[in-house]
Amino acid sequence: MSAKQIRHEIPMTDHLFHEGVVDTRHGPILYLDDVSVSFDGFKALNNLSLVIDAGELRCMIGPNGAGKTTLMDVITGKTRPDVGTVFFGQTIDLLEMDEPAIAQAGICRKFQKPSVFDALTVFENLELALKANKGAWATLFHRLDGEQRDKIHHIIDTIGLKANYQHRAGILSHGQKQWLEIGMLLMQEPKVMLVDEPIAGMTHQEVERTAELLVSLQGERSIIVVEHDMEFVRSIATKVTVLHEGAVLTEGTMSEVQNDPRVIQVYLGG
Amino acid sequence: MESMKLGQDKTCIAVLGILAVVTFLIPLCNWIFPANSMLHFSAYTVSVLGKYLTFALLGLSLDLVWGYCGILALGHGAFFALGGYAMGMYLMRQIGTRGVYGNANLPDFMVFLNWKELPWYWIGFDHFGFAMLMVVLAPGALAFIFGYLAFRSRVTGVYLSIITQALTYALMLAFFRNEMGFGGNNGLTDCKDILGFNIQSEEVRSMLLMLSGIALISAFGICRWLVNTKLGRVVTAIRDQESRVRFLGYRVDMFKLWIFVFAAMIAGVAGALYVPQVGIINPSEFSPLNSLEIVVWVAIGGRNTLYGAIIGAVLVNYSKTMLTGLMPELWLFTLGAAFVVVTIFLPDGLVGLLRRRLQEQHA
Repeated sequence: MSAKQIRHEIPMTDHLFHEGVVDTRHGPILYLDDVSVSFDGFKALNNLSLVIDAGELRCMIGPNGAGKTTLMDVITGKTRPDVGTVFFGQTIDLLEMDEPAIAQAGICRKFQKPSVFDALTVFENLELALKANKGAWATLFHRLDGEQRDKIHHIIDTIGLKANYQHRAGILSHGQKQWLEIGMLLMQEPKVMLVDEPIAGMTHQEVERTAELLVSLQGERSIIVVEHDMEFVRSIATKVTVLHEGAVLTEGTMSEVQNDPRVIQVYLGG
Repeated sequence: MESMKLGQDKTCIAVLGILAVVTFLIPLCNWIFPANSMLHFSAYTVSVLGKYLTFALLGLSLDLVWGYCGILALGHGAFFALGGYAMGMYLMRQIGTRGVYGNANLPDFMVFLNWKELPWYWIGFDHFGFAMLMVVLAPGALAFIFGYLAFRSRVTGVYLSIITQALTYALMLAFFRNEMGFGGNNGLTDCKDILGFNIQSEEVRSMLLMLSGIALISAFGICRWLVNTKLGRVVTAIRDQESRVRFLGYRVDMFKLWIFVFAAMIAGVAGALYVPQVGIINPSEFSPLNSLEIVVWVAIGGRNTLYGAIIGAVLVNYSKTMLTGLMPELWLFTLGAAFVVVTIFLPDGLVGLLRRRLQEQHA
């Protein structure tokens, strides 16, 4: 299925089946059922089932090796599950698509280790992320129009890199690289943002701004944040999912989760 | 940042200036001044310079693949050789009845093998236009098939380098076989005319030098334009973080494929310009050693600049001509030593050194 065919809106009165349309009328934008992944016998995901609603901001926590990154790999097409179902909306089967197709359909990802293109400038990094025709021929003859240029500058303002936008990304600080990658996510205008450890290496102020930004984006976009910093999770999350040994241990508000005896046991190793 | 850009452009302008002088002034001098004049260049000088320019073109095409896209292709000489063979086949058909056996329908080596008719893949090579089309299409098609399979299966790094090397080695063995119909061991030789003009004549040699220069300058211009487009930036991004680019929605394999095919076509043109200037093409052009040498030119000149490849190709080949004249046995040792020294002390090659000097002057 080509991403070009994917449209994002269906009138609520329309009850027909639309192939390739992100259908979120029933709530969920991501639907994972009974997903298992194993590497050389080690079960990274173990019959995991998870539902993310459209517009939701969800935090994922869990000890190391709980399967958080593998989960993101499965959703973005990097890892194929051994068994299970992964749907985007009601109708798009993500397991039939590869990474570029999933990215073009509107699921975008920020990596744990900031992954920006060091040899390119901040502006050029954002230009590459811009939502546009990503074919080789179209890319060869692509020229930024005024609107796209404005959009890039708007994002540069949002991520606070105005003073650095002509610098090569390689010379940015760790925190700035994190912001640049978040900016690259925004450029793609995703339906779903997967954000892996966004605040590592950030100053206190930068952390606050990141929290504000993520909170302001929910509703318009669905966001999954993986983060170890409990303080940060508490400051942004309405709903938290705890992963343990490749499966969902529990879900709920931060205080519910923190008082769950199973969670305490997993974290304190009781 | 700014001074580096200036320095970069200065070197670039200097390289282009020298190229333009060699390309246009030498043929012009030979045309104006009589053979005994000081300003008349010998046929030897002209053909050697022309040969260097075709090597520079070959180096340039490798820099596009290696320096910009990060594909360390160790079999790039195969595309050069294929382009050369396409030109060689045209030149063979031009011999006509002047061959040793005087057979108008078959090249000498086919008569010698007792073949009765021209193999189907030789048909059309009497026509210059068709042969020139094959000069780009044959390497392009090989690069397309090879690249499609390799890049789609996500073969990268050292594994890819090894199979490119295996590719050129396999082609060398194949072209060595008489049954292939490309002259076997001896290759295609005894060329006489190109477009009706004597290939040995001074005018044709000057013209070939000029054409090589024009091809090099044009290819340089096109490549420089290419790397400054958005596609060029995607390719650079692929070099540095291939998997990240996929998550931005780009089909990485297609980008690599088109760069690889385009570079193979340039290499084919280089081969086609090389053959009439040296008068022979044989399977040793497919030798893995030749492909490795191209990598050394680019590394010594400086990757990722395009003109660094030109400087490297000309300098190394000039040294080769000099040294193999003086002490042939020393050449490979010198080349190896130069490569080691450059890799350890000058990771950006001679161009990097030059750039740093210019930057220091500005500071």
